[in-house]
Amino acid sequence: MDKPSGRLVRSHCVGTTAVVYASDYLNKLTGEKIERECRRQLDSGCRGLVIDFSDTQLVNSIGISILLGIIDVAEKSGARVAFSEVNHQTIELFEMLGLTRHVLLAKDEREALLNLSNYEATHIVH
Amino acid sequence: MEPSTQKLIHTFGALADLGQEIAGTGEFAEMVRTSLHMLLGTLALRRGSVAECIDQDSLRCVAVWGLGDDMLREWTISESERLELLDAQASDGLVKYSEKGFVTRNFTGLSNSGIELVLPMIVRGEVTGLVLLGGKASGEEFSNADFETIKAMVRHIGVGIHTHRLLEEVAHRAKENRRLYDELRAIYRDTVRAFAAAIDIKDKYTQGHSERVGRYSEIIAREMGWSEEEVEGIQIAGCLHDIGKLVVDRDIINAPYHIDAKRSNDLNRHPVAGYEILSPIKHPYADIPLMAKYHHERLDGRGYPDGLTDEQIPMGAKIVSLADSFDAMTTDRPYRRRRSFEDVVRDLRANSGTQFDGKVVAAFGRAILKEVTGEVKKRPITKILGKGYLEGENVPTLLGDLITELENGITCVTSAGSE
Repeated sequence: MDKPSGRLVRSHCVGTTAVVYASDYLNKLTGEKIERECRRQLDSGCRGLVIDFSDTQLVNSIGISILLGIIDVAEKSGARVAFSEVNHQTIELFEMLGLTRHVLLAKDEREALLNLSNYEATHIVH
Repeated sequence: MEPSTQKLIHTFGALADLGQEIAGTGEFAEMVRTSLHMLLGTLALRRGSVAECIDQDSLRCVAVWGLGDDMLREWTISESERLELLDAQASDGLVKYSEKGFVTRNFTGLSNSGIELVLPMIVRGEVTGLVLLGGKASGEEFSNADFETIKAMVRHIGVGIHTHRLLEEVAHRAKENRRLYDELRAIYRDTVRAFAAAIDIKDKYTQGHSERVGRYSEIIAREMGWSEEEVEGIQIAGCLHDIGKLVVDRDIINAPYHIDAKRSNDLNRHPVAGYEILSPIKHPYADIPLMAKYHHERLDGRGYPDGLTDEQIPMGAKIVSLADSFDAMTTDRPYRRRRSFEDVVRDLRANSGTQFDGKVVAAFGRAILKEVTGEVKKRPITKILGKGYLEGENVPTLLGDLITELENGITCVTSAGSE
């Protein structure tokens, strides 16, 4: 496993999947940093993205919009997105707004990586 | 938590954030981009754009999210289309993508991009811009509540754009006004200089007197802590203090020796004549006519034209009076050479409290002392007085003693008591 990068947004790669850690409050400033990091990982060839919310207490409307943008870019790149360690309140918000239709939800990073790996195995495109 | 409650909290939070963003003083494009994020994130819309009207017939994208980089960034809008958008606002405030000619004509390139709604932003009956919105991430149709939320947020954004434009316009006008004001002030100053030259040309023995009195007055006022605008004003007053001499016969002004009583009366009319000349003019500084009128008044009431005493004489007139006398004493006149600096200081000491205000004399003394001791780099007084005039060894002591006496009120008390 790669070491977490020294960037402001913590991230690392597991195979072709990038794990990006969201901060405590996903607002404009932090959301845009995460979005840039996700784009960077996708541009460098990642086929899966795990966004880990273990440190995230709150996601506001800007955070939702930015996450949708990440999902959009990932879909256009043929990549799949998983969210891990999302707290109960935020899961309710994501479900209510329909984000969960576009991402895999996992209880932790390991499960997210496994889900993406299984998904990739069953959706190989030659 | 019930989903409906959760949704309300999320929406209210977004509306509060949007209000704060629009009321903020941040950069315009950033404000619009953040507002778009808030709008999209409130209902989880996957894409959208905000365009502003840049003139009567064109729109320009200010913020785009999820629509790709190849999206057209500017569109034209005809008068009929503008009316179409105004109609839409008047009815339900939004336009479904496929329903209007304007939208299909202008956004053909977006037909496959998922844009579902186009909302005009109308503020005070004018199209401020457009908001383009894609569908919900949930895939659900928009509900009536969704439409109301969207319309409310779009109105907020429209007001934000409109306010920004107004502020830009105000800033532009303020800048233009400032430029015009500076030009007018420059013209005013040039005119004053021309008048000063005209006054001094009439008196062949006092060439440059008006300019010098203006300069001394400025220096004294600054030393007394006046604001820069007030300092500018008194410099002008100093330049114009003798403007009344323009109406005094040239022979009287240029008389080589002391003049008789009648001619003296004619000459003494010049402060009032100056006031009459300056009063009708709307000066950018206060009390210039009064400073000209009262520059020959004395604290002891023996001056002219009105025989005012200490408190009745405006401070500006007291400053101009000292500057005028100082220049008279330190320049050659037809009937005498200029006086030594020691003699001038003696005169100032003797007349403080009777002719001159001690505070004004002390301030002038401090300004001269700063030049003499090298405390200040610029030395305008030394430059006016010429090389050598202030270079006597005793000059700092003379000035120091004078200032101390005046600041302690010794000379003033003695002089006032002796009257």
